[in-house]
Amino acid sequence: MRVELRATPFDPLAELARYQANQRELQGRYGATAIFIGTMRDYNDQSPVTGMTLEHYPGMTERHLQRIVTAATDEWTLLDALLIHRVGALQPNDPIVLVAVWSAHRAAAFAACRAIMEELKSKAPFWKREETTTGPRWVTHNTPG
Amino acid sequence: MTIHIKYFASLRDRLGRAEDRLPLVGEMTAAEVWATLWPEMPLPPNTLIAVNMDYAQPAQPVNDGDEVAFFPPVTGG
Repeated sequence: MRVELRATPFDPLAELARYQANQRELQGRYGATAIFIGTMRDYNDQSPVTGMTLEHYPGMTERHLQRIVTAATDEWTLLDALLIHRVGALQPNDPIVLVAVWSAHRAAAFAACRAIMEELKSKAPFWKREETTTGPRWVTHNTPG
Repeated sequence: MTIHIKYFASLRDRLGRAEDRLPLVGEMTAAEVWATLWPEMPLPPNTLIAVNMDYAQPAQPVNDGDEVAFFPPVTGG
């Protein structure tokens, strides 16, 4: 299991491939991998967004991400999990978050991946500040899903 | 006997600073920490509170050396 904050742009599929190749204990055991990749859009609330800053609470953010992933591994029978989340300055099209979950069968992988994302959205201390053509603005709420 | 206070995101911008320190006088809750520092400003609705990096209710007591954080709803992911 790995949980990581990343201050620079990352390629989620390359990260996933690299991580999976290095997890020897996964080989031959997993039948299901569920993946969620969140990517920055160039619009929000009907207006163009040209950039974004992701602020976090150093210490608390890492602790809560770790707890969220651990809770998922307690609730479902998972073989492994990987979570990478950006902080700092982002551009449209930049990946924001990668969640990958490995299990023997699909039900646990799908459910755990979804649960990790929903918990992250509601509990992990991150705040988005968008750059727009009319100046910066804080994102005040999450979309329903 | 000091409490360390942190503010994040839009709340920090609104307050104009990221941190405060407060001498701990007797027993105090997280809500009382806010009220002592910002007597003119009620805690904005939806503000979340953390004590030592765990979510806390306004009535949670704080102790010497604790870190109390106030921040708006989270918007990661």
